[in-house]
Amino acid sequence: MNMMRVKEIETLPRAGLESIQLQRLQSLVHRVYKTVAPYREKMDAAGVKPGDIQSLADLKKLPFTTKDDLRDNYPFGLFTVPMDDVVRVHASSGTTGKPTVVGYTRGDIEMWASVMARALSMAGVTKGDMIHNAYGYGLFTGGLGAHYGAEYLGATVIPISGGNTKRQITIMRDFGSTVLLATPSYALNLADAMIDAGIDPEDLKLRVGIHGAEPWSENMREEVERKLGIRAVDIYGLSEVIGPGVAMECLETDRGMHILEDHFLPEIVDPDTFEPLPYGESGELVFTTLTKEAFPIIRYRTKDLSRLIAEPCQCGRTLVRMEKVTGRTDDMLIIRGVNVFPSQVEHVLMGVEGVEPHYQIEVNREGNLDTMDVLVEVSEQVFSDEIKVLENLTRKIQVEIKDLLGVTAKVKLVEPRTIKRSEGKAQRVIDNRKL
Amino acid sequence: MRVEQIAVFLENKSGRLADITEVLAKNDINIRALSVADTADFGILRLIVDKVELAQKVLKDNGFTVGKTTVIAVEVPDQAGGLAGVLKTVEADGLNVEYMYAFVNKSGEKAVLIFRFDEMDKAIQSLQKAGLTLLSGEQVCSL
Repeated sequence: MNMMRVKEIETLPRAGLESIQLQRLQSLVHRVYKTVAPYREKMDAAGVKPGDIQSLADLKKLPFTTKDDLRDNYPFGLFTVPMDDVVRVHASSGTTGKPTVVGYTRGDIEMWASVMARALSMAGVTKGDMIHNAYGYGLFTGGLGAHYGAEYLGATVIPISGGNTKRQITIMRDFGSTVLLATPSYALNLADAMIDAGIDPEDLKLRVGIHGAEPWSENMREEVERKLGIRAVDIYGLSEVIGPGVAMECLETDRGMHILEDHFLPEIVDPDTFEPLPYGESGELVFTTLTKEAFPIIRYRTKDLSRLIAEPCQCGRTLVRMEKVTGRTDDMLIIRGVNVFPSQVEHVLMGVEGVEPHYQIEVNREGNLDTMDVLVEVSEQVFSDEIKVLENLTRKIQVEIKDLLGVTAKVKLVEPRTIKRSEGKAQRVIDNRKL
Repeated sequence: MRVEQIAVFLENKSGRLADITEVLAKNDINIRALSVADTADFGILRLIVDKVELAQKVLKDNGFTVGKTTVIAVEVPDQAGGLAGVLKTVEADGLNVEYMYAFVNKSGEKAVLIFRFDEMDKAIQSLQKAGLTLLSGEQVCSL
């Protein structure tokens, strides 16, 4: 990676950066309007033509894109290129049964690797580092996204993926891993396992941890840093935009992640009126991808709540920063790095004969791991005088939740009418995690 | 020769058994036999009562999940080997016991074994053929 070139882009005066953004935005809007019918239809319905985008302020004329749009055009309906040009797909969970699918051209993979490499270098990672990549490899963008970025940077990657904690520790020690990529909860888990195994993290070469894909607090950061003896930094990304590498904390600040704005254009909108808000105000984070080929996205409503920080950073980068995500505008839960919507659980329950739609999800954090209990009321239809029948029922629901959501849940049968009925919207989720 | 039994779902929390028995007592329902099957998370209370329909109704009205099934009641002498004799027949005929429980009647001479088999009709035939005494629901309650 050409570090001089990176530095030049990341420290551009705002006017210079904005002119690159506008140029890219205009070209994107023309291309999407021409090639993707659903975008064209939405723009036509809103009475906006590609030529109407004359300044970055005109961005607000464009319609939003939501997860529903992705679901309605499942799986490949929003791709702008023929499938011949798509070299990879990833998927994340949708709000119901269907996953959200995204695609990448060869050029997209290269661009993604480059932004991820830039993100890594914001945390001081260089080609001399040994990167222990414990993000899951697979449909989830975390593992492969980080992997390609690390290779692009020229560092050495250990593609260890998640799980098998004992082996992770052995390899970390024997190979001399210097950088840990993992969800914050898994990083803590590794730390505790090391302490249990009598290994002093100080004896390892670990220097920095890059943690994302789930919400974590400043307290957790302190704990990770203390237990592993490293600097722990925050990374942000989502598959609908690209995956990891959308925004990254630098080492000079612990307030906000630099958004790689030459590729991803951020906005904050009012969660109720959807009107754009000025820098500094909290609201829903919205992203437009400026350079993606296969699956660009315009004004994607992330449902993540954050704030944009425009003040210059001590590191010299002029890229705007986003504050650590403080919550969601919807009911999405993140359990061990996996996105879970209560509606998905409902979908599974509705598919089981005799199960009534009264359920509640209880999320707890035991040690460093999130646990999810699904409370299901026992109706007369599913009740039996035999234990095995009820145990088969809970097992069946557990297997189906695991299959659909990729998360292990514990199903607890409860007596009828014990789940509180509410007047309006049912309270489906009780999140007892103290983040 | 089947006996009606009601089953009630029990969440694993304190006081639930007391709640059920209180509802039954208020309605003057007498429990003839009972058993509780439990797992780490929940339990099933199985009851043989003198007023089955009423018990089912009042428990349901009080918010419990109630089911009704049939079981077989076998009367044996209350002495060593009483249960073994029955189980020998059961085993010889390849029957599977889903669950069972037992009680001793008031006189103390006879014991009553309550069975739920996977194949109930076959079980009745085989127990009767072996000359065992099967009781009706009325008989169980009048003991």
